[in-house]
Amino acid sequence: MARPGRRLVVAGAVLAALILLDANLPHLLDPYHFQILIYIGINIIFAVSLNLINGITGQFSIGHAGFMAIGAYVSAYITYYFGPGLLSAEKTGGPPPGLAGEATLLLALVAGGLAAAGAGYIVGLPSLRLKGDYLAIVTLGFGEIIRVFILNIDSVGGARGFSGVPPLQTFSPLRSLFWVFLVAIVTVLVSIRLVSSAHGRAMMAVREDEIAAEAMGVNSTRYKVSAFVIGAFFAGVSGGLFGHFLQYLNPAMFTFVQSFEAVIMVVLGGMGSISGSVLAAVIMTILKEVLREVKNYTPYGIDPRMVLFSLLLIVLMLTRPTGLLGSREVWDVAPLRNLRRRARPGAGGDVW
Amino acid sequence: MADSPNDAAAVGSGPSTRPAAEVSRSKGEPVHFAGEAARPAGKPARLAGELELRKISIRFGGLVAVSDFSLTIRGNELVGLIGPNGAGKTTIFNMLTGVYRPTSGQIFFCGRPLGGRKPYRVCQLGIARTFQNIRLFKNLSVLDNVRIGAHKTVTYGALSAVLRSSAFERMEREIEERSRSLLGIFGLERRAGEIAGSLPYGDQRRLEICRALASEPSLLLLDEPAAGMNTSEALGLMATIRRIRDEFRIAILLIEHNMEVVMTICERILVLNYGRTIAEGTPEQIQRDPVVIAAYLGEPEEAVVEAGL
Amino acid sequence: MTTFLQHLLNGIATGSIYALLALGYTMVYGVLKLINFAHSDVFMIGAFSGYYAAHALGLASNPSLPGALAVMVCSMAVCGTLGFLNERIAYRPLRGAPRITSLITAIGVSLLLEYGGQMVFGPDPKFFPQVFPKSNVQLGGVNTTNYQLIVVAVALALMAGLQWIVYRTRFGKAMRAVSHNFEMASLMGIPTDRVISTTFVLGSTLAAAAGCLYGLVYPKIDPLMGVFPGLKAFVAAVLGGIGNVPGAMLGGMVIGLIEEYAVAVDPWAWQTLAVHVGRFKDAIVFGILVAILIFRPSGLLGRYEPEKV
Repeated sequence: MARPGRRLVVAGAVLAALILLDANLPHLLDPYHFQILIYIGINIIFAVSLNLINGITGQFSIGHAGFMAIGAYVSAYITYYFGPGLLSAEKTGGPPPGLAGEATLLLALVAGGLAAAGAGYIVGLPSLRLKGDYLAIVTLGFGEIIRVFILNIDSVGGARGFSGVPPLQTFSPLRSLFWVFLVAIVTVLVSIRLVSSAHGRAMMAVREDEIAAEAMGVNSTRYKVSAFVIGAFFAGVSGGLFGHFLQYLNPAMFTFVQSFEAVIMVVLGGMGSISGSVLAAVIMTILKEVLREVKNYTPYGIDPRMVLFSLLLIVLMLTRPTGLLGSREVWDVAPLRNLRRRARPGAGGDVW
Repeated sequence: MADSPNDAAAVGSGPSTRPAAEVSRSKGEPVHFAGEAARPAGKPARLAGELELRKISIRFGGLVAVSDFSLTIRGNELVGLIGPNGAGKTTIFNMLTGVYRPTSGQIFFCGRPLGGRKPYRVCQLGIARTFQNIRLFKNLSVLDNVRIGAHKTVTYGALSAVLRSSAFERMEREIEERSRSLLGIFGLERRAGEIAGSLPYGDQRRLEICRALASEPSLLLLDEPAAGMNTSEALGLMATIRRIRDEFRIAILLIEHNMEVVMTICERILVLNYGRTIAEGTPEQIQRDPVVIAAYLGEPEEAVVEAGL
Repeated sequence: MTTFLQHLLNGIATGSIYALLALGYTMVYGVLKLINFAHSDVFMIGAFSGYYAAHALGLASNPSLPGALAVMVCSMAVCGTLGFLNERIAYRPLRGAPRITSLITAIGVSLLLEYGGQMVFGPDPKFFPQVFPKSNVQLGGVNTTNYQLIVVAVALALMAGLQWIVYRTRFGKAMRAVSHNFEMASLMGIPTDRVISTTFVLGSTLAAAAGCLYGLVYPKIDPLMGVFPGLKAFVAAVLGGIGNVPGAMLGGMVIGLIEEYAVAVDPWAWQTLAVHVGRFKDAIVFGILVAILIFRPSGLLGRYEPEKV
């Protein structure tokens, strides 16, 4: 295991690399490809956070976009209404001095995450009594209700959308790439470490057999609700990043289509595989862009992607229901396992 | 209860490390199961905990599944619970572990009432169980199954896990060692990395016992542990069970259909029929009891032959 | 009083459509223990089949009652076939698979129908033609249309027919047996696959009828129109007790009425509570769902069966 000193070095190197990339990549990539890169980061957070609920704990949720919406709107609300006051950014026009900007941004993102986590707690409660498809329908309905509520709140624009969300560079010389991938790395790291601890094992035990888990002293109630809270938190943060990156929000961005895309990512990567979700998020985001062109060849100019993705989902279930990786991680797959000093059974391991 | 205040205190003071010490003591030693292991000499048998069921009954709709069932288990007794299918044996386990709530009657464990406690609380208090229809965490590794069994001994929090604190490292190492040595007792240590669902049936049953033991219980409930095994396998398993009982000083309550097994290993047997206790006593007494033979085994000659008596 | 009756009639009209749709959920759940997510999209296909059939038969310019009947029969035939194919291709291969696999497949089928529907029908709403002459009717002081009355009449007739099939025919008996105990039914020689297929077909034809009736009352139809009625019908099925045929009918009516009255009291609620109750009628329906599932998971008429341990 890494000693504290080595950990600091690794963390420092990662931060430095992120800062370097953040400074240079926007100039090396054209805006379109840069945007795809950012979406990859956001989708990684979104998919991994859903995997904690669906894959690891086995509580099938299909309303994840609702959490993202809450996080997006709450954090955008904070920076839009309180940001200028906190930073007096409008006077100077440039980034604020010191770390005040970064702190404000983090505060807004975390507040968005916490609001989503609160909603996750409320949605998690029915999961105590409901299983499988029942729970799925409740989460689906919940996601839609969130949207209906936002539609009826005038201070965030309602159906018109919420424009004028301040961009990330208002807060810091560091820009979107840094923030998005910092959060993505943190999300993945937290998830993997959680999963390879007793708490993660308890979550998987609940997924595998709730009655047996309880008989082994696992408080299944607590773990189910925790999964929803943690998953919703990260989804909320991803929403905050999304809103500040686009500088615009609209309730139509968070329909069940978004929730289903996350489900497809989790299923494609393998339910219960964190690295699988990362991989699938990358694949799906790129695939979505590649398939954008197909629109020109379909009747009515309809976006065919949802049709293709739903077919993908059906074919996947009929032929390879475990997805790409099943519940294994990338480093548990045979050729990679030999590279590791000692093979550790079970999920996760000491790679981080 | 009143005569075991020490135990109540011991269990109440949180997860004890006693069995862990026992296991790590035997770690590394070759494990063999020649007959029954004697109780370690010089060590007096310790009261592991007392279970008392007072006239518990349960009704499902109009059906009285168990009525007025009473039972007391002291120290590290090994008690058998037998009876024909549908007699209510598993239902008693389910009431004991908090899965079902008795319609009437009380359950005390180490002097505390168990009524209304959730299954995970019952486990934390020191009652572990296996299931008749094997409920392993099928897609997880054998080692992970046992490590989950040790869940109640985990004291580090989620933050500690995320930060990989030293408490986390220490406890994980300890749990892994303990789990591996438990697997060793059942000859499963080489299968630690395999997926539990891929084990042969008999090994799955052994793994379930292993997992239950990892929770450091003072009372172990085994629901047909030898089901599906032939008699020699079953007797081997029983030798192990007895050894565990002696080494870990726990009480065991056992449901089993294989008469030969039950009669060989149990010190006391209860016979259940239609939810009622129809006989209780030593194996010899039970074997001779005409009520048991008539009511439970049906036609005397045939059934006795069938049961291998 | 008149307004009250007016809303009552509206509620019953919408409710009977929900009830028809809920029957499909409840029957499939009965035999497969699976929520057919795609059911709401079969409903949508039903409305579109009706739309195209009506145009093909020239009813848009020349409305007639027998023509309307033909439209509904066409639509039911199309959806019956769709239901059959759906079960054959997407569900049957997964009969032994984990529930979650079937669930994800069902979601996939639902999305495929919705977005495939957009490609075939176009994304813009279409207008369901008036397939027979519309007229206003005075009924005990309540203003209504013959459309609303016919919706209620047709729905009630179909439900009576279904009731007859389920409780008076050989197939119905087989279906109830499969629903009660799948394995036992197959051991008794009931062709479970055929029963399941037929159940899908039956449920889909009812959904088709519901789609056409919906089109009459709410003529704006689009490929995503099924989502909310589907969710509400599901709530209705759960409210009545999922797997319970009369329960679905009752649940549908109750949901229809609640929705109608939520809108009806909206002005009053806005004045007194400053809340637009009507805007949140969907949220209210989901609140009901969560409440039932938590407090009375068996629904109004169902039986609750806890998991066997």
